Amino acid sequence: MGNTTPADLKYTKNDEWVRLEGSTATLGITDYAQEQLNDIVYVELPDVGAKFAKGESFGVVESVKAASDVYTPVGGTISAVNSGLEDQPELINTDPYGEGWLVKFTVDNADVSDLLDADAYSAYCESR
Amino acid sequence: MSYIPHTDAERQQMLAAVGVTTIEDLFEAVPASHRFPKLDLPAPMSEMEIMAELQSMAEANEHAGDFALFRGAGAYHHFIPAAVNHILLRSEFYTAYTPYQPEVSQGTLQAIFEYQSMMATLTGMDAANASHYDGATSLAEAVTVAMDVGRGKRRKVILSPAINPQYREVVRTYHQGTSTKFVGDNGQAGINDLVDMLDDDTAMLAVAYPNFFGQIDDLKGLAEEVHSAGAILVIVANPMALALFKSPGELGADIVVGEGQPLGIPLSYGGPYLGFFCTKMKHVRRIAGRIVGETVDEDGKRAFVMTLRPREQDIRREKASSNICTNQGLMALSACVYLSLMGKNGLKQAATLNYHKAHYAADQIDMLDGYTVDRSKPFFNEFQVKCPQPVTEINEQLIQKGIIGGYDLGQDYPHLQNTMLIAVTETNNREEIDSLVAELKEIAS
Amino acid sequence: MNEPLIYDMSVAGRTSALLPALDVPETPLPKDLLRDTLDLPEVSELQVMRHFVRLSHLNHSIDTGFYPLGSCTMKYNPKINEDTARLPGFAQLHPRTDDEGAQGALALMHQLQTWLAEISGFQAVSLAPAAGAQGEFAGILMIRKYHQDRGDTKRTKILVPNSAHGTNPATVSMAGFEAVELPSDNNGDVDLAALRAACDDTIAGMMITVPSTLGLFEGHILDVIKAVHACGGLMYMDGANMNALMGAVKPGELGFDVMHYNLHKTFSTPHGGGGPGSGPVGVNDKLKPFLPGPVVEIVDEGSDEEPPLYGMKMPEKSIGRLKAFYGNFGMHVRAYTYIGIHGDSGIKDITRHAVLNANYIRVKLRDTYKVPYDRICAHEFVLEGHFEGVENVHALDISKRLMDYGIHPPTNYFPLIVPEALMIEPTETEDKATIDEFIDVMKKIATEAQTDPDLLRTAPHTAPVKRLDEVRAAKQLVLCCRPVPEWAAGD
Repeated sequence: MGNTTPADLKYTKNDEWVRLEGSTATLGITDYAQEQLNDIVYVELPDVGAKFAKGESFGVVESVKAASDVYTPVGGTISAVNSGLEDQPELINTDPYGEGWLVKFTVDNADVSDLLDADAYSAYCESR
Repeated sequence: MSYIPHTDAERQQMLAAVGVTTIEDLFEAVPASHRFPKLDLPAPMSEMEIMAELQSMAEANEHAGDFALFRGAGAYHHFIPAAVNHILLRSEFYTAYTPYQPEVSQGTLQAIFEYQSMMATLTGMDAANASHYDGATSLAEAVTVAMDVGRGKRRKVILSPAINPQYREVVRTYHQGTSTKFVGDNGQAGINDLVDMLDDDTAMLAVAYPNFFGQIDDLKGLAEEVHSAGAILVIVANPMALALFKSPGELGADIVVGEGQPLGIPLSYGGPYLGFFCTKMKHVRRIAGRIVGETVDEDGKRAFVMTLRPREQDIRREKASSNICTNQGLMALSACVYLSLMGKNGLKQAATLNYHKAHYAADQIDMLDGYTVDRSKPFFNEFQVKCPQPVTEINEQLIQKGIIGGYDLGQDYPHLQNTMLIAVTETNNREEIDSLVAELKEIAS
Repeated sequence: MNEPLIYDMSVAGRTSALLPALDVPETPLPKDLLRDTLDLPEVSELQVMRHFVRLSHLNHSIDTGFYPLGSCTMKYNPKINEDTARLPGFAQLHPRTDDEGAQGALALMHQLQTWLAEISGFQAVSLAPAAGAQGEFAGILMIRKYHQDRGDTKRTKILVPNSAHGTNPATVSMAGFEAVELPSDNNGDVDLAALRAACDDTIAGMMITVPSTLGLFEGHILDVIKAVHACGGLMYMDGANMNALMGAVKPGELGFDVMHYNLHKTFSTPHGGGGPGSGPVGVNDKLKPFLPGPVVEIVDEGSDEEPPLYGMKMPEKSIGRLKAFYGNFGMHVRAYTYIGIHGDSGIKDITRHAVLNANYIRVKLRDTYKVPYDRICAHEFVLEGHFEGVENVHALDISKRLMDYGIHPPTNYFPLIVPEALMIEPTETEDKATIDEFIDVMKKIATEAQTDPDLLRTAPHTAPVKRLDEVRAAKQLVLCCRPVPEWAAGD
């Protein structure tokens, strides 16, 4: 498909990516996911301070034709949300791993060993 | 009679093309044991015959064409300009489907956009959807929005007992599969009593304006109380009253819902009516039902399209907050044409006539021995009268005189026995009102 | 040229004299409760008529052209329906009229309940639901209450095939159940093995559309019903496709416990540009006490001289009231008119010809388009709107190109289990010439896709507007053409 899949990130089968730095996890949706959704027009994100268990939905990413829940692969407390997406949701399309990040969590448990690495995620996307 | 155009010859050609001998051959996938059951229906009728039958059924009803009507309680007999019906009978509107294909549906889409604009400005809100089934279901959908705003953590909904009792039933029907708790409406709670029930579990508080008894409650300061408890304020409004009285938006409502029937829609024994739903922009992505937005086409020409579609059931499926597909499209068109024809001045004039006529009737009835009008609060076009006899007995006598009397409030409110809710609109002339007063006097003597 | 907004035609101070003068003394208005401004247009009646008539010209409608929109049953809406619904005795009847004063309306509703029950083989019908989606909701709430009433509280799931319309899973969630999706087999039917594996004592019931959304009579419907009943679940039939069943089979006799009707599809009450609909529900004896109310019953049988006396009743264990008053009565009058005119033979003929027309189109187009489940279909069928060897021409492009030929597109991208789905439902009221013309146009478009694909990609060319910028609509959200009031602006 030609989608980018940075090697330093971890991935889920629900097409989220995670960047873990110490006890802070940054989350977004993958290049593959943004391409499937097409033009993203709206993002609903939680408030800073909200707590989520691993596997819980913390927001919604909407395009014109679809709405996709985003789930956190790590449990924790929201420490930051990307407020730039409010006016420019298209950042997710143009820069999914950079300016298009969604939220930052302070994680309860820094273990992300159950997530996919870049190669495994790429193979998973190819198989769909 | 039937509307099937095929001749025998055409039928044969088509069957031959499909490769079967008879039409029955097309139904072999239906289990043979249940195929072609007997259908116990009457023989076909001609247009003349069915019209005659329905005319006689229609004339068996006591309707506002033949009787002086003083009953409201959620449905109101108002004047409808002739042009409304002429527009509604445009085939291009009423035989079209939902405008999913915007290129060939701009008529419906622009009319809905104009309807949304008029309803938003009438209620003092900044957005409206394309409508729900009726006022009651609009309120039920408002509860769903409130639950979403409360992120599922607030479960309590405070309902004023002065909201139409049928609306309160419908809200409970809608939410029986959820853990939402409804409180506040099983007694005689006033606005201040409702405020006392606010807590950190409260998602919403709803009041009616005017209330079911026709009264305008003092809602000043209510929004602040509700908001400081972290809940939203929903106001159930009568749109005709809003031509005169402060808009719910100005009173701080977050969502305004109600029955749009007074806006050019006939009584029609309770339906189809029009549930309007207006909101502040910050909640617009949470609301169910269709919404039309403005955009441009490839040539940059202004055009309209259904927007915020991903909220809806056909895309969101089991995660949609509501399963609603239709709106009351044609009824929204009625309201749009009605509001255009009446306009800024006409609607205010109609509402003013309602106010003066209802107050004249109330004054006259209040002077009668045995009758007392509730004057504890200002009212619009409907008021309560304590009567010297059971309301059903009074109404039985009034109907003999060609008058449909008021609604018997004792049915819904045990403390309001012998209390009649009388509605007076611009359709009631002075002669009718005077004759109602004279008959009530006669009945009491 | 754009049709201006009605507000843009407004001239301050323009009035129309529609109302009578005040004929009673004035009462002072409560000044501190009044609003200051009312932002409605000020236009003449002629302006209003021209505006809305011009808007009407921008619509495609049944009365202006062929409308083969699958699953929507866009059949002719007989004009007599509009006349009967507007009879003053119906249109001006107040819903709070005492039952004694509404005997004509109640007799009509009672007869319609009886006819609908007969057509689908159920024991009782409630006309209360305002639309098909509300009928579905009522049906699932009844199933919920039935189990609760028996003290059976562990049933939390409803089975829904993956071919289902989106309302089905949405309804399930709304009623507090979990939707469990079932796969389809290679014939487009429910995968029986998967169904049997899913059936246990947590299943409250199953929702299924018959014929399916592929336009196929379920090959083993009796086995499906048996499997769900065997685990204690109830069967809900989505009656959206009832136009394919009348006089051919009665769902109640197949073993369904509950279904909804769409009066605006099967019984020709108009679609109205998106409503009002009407979605009565039919049930067997098991669910009768739970019907949404009120329903019309005979209170007193009457005699040779006296007609029966009808009354409104709330069923014993009703799920409750779904809307104020009694359903969309105006639609009941239209459906009554329609069934009355057709009678026994006419009702059967509707289904027979709806099915004939769909099969005729299927056979004529099967060599030009891929028909994924190519067997005798019901009243509609699904084909795939793409062509081998042609890149980037989609079902949507075919749809938009049809507009240039004055034909409304079929349903796009549904059901979800067919790629590039185009669902075609001609209905029984279209004549052979119209159907043949549609077939020719579809073939022509297939040729155009090969020779000049851009003609499709850039279509429509002759519609009032070209393709719209839906991204802009969703991002900018212009939902109202009036200035935001100051008290709302802060939010």
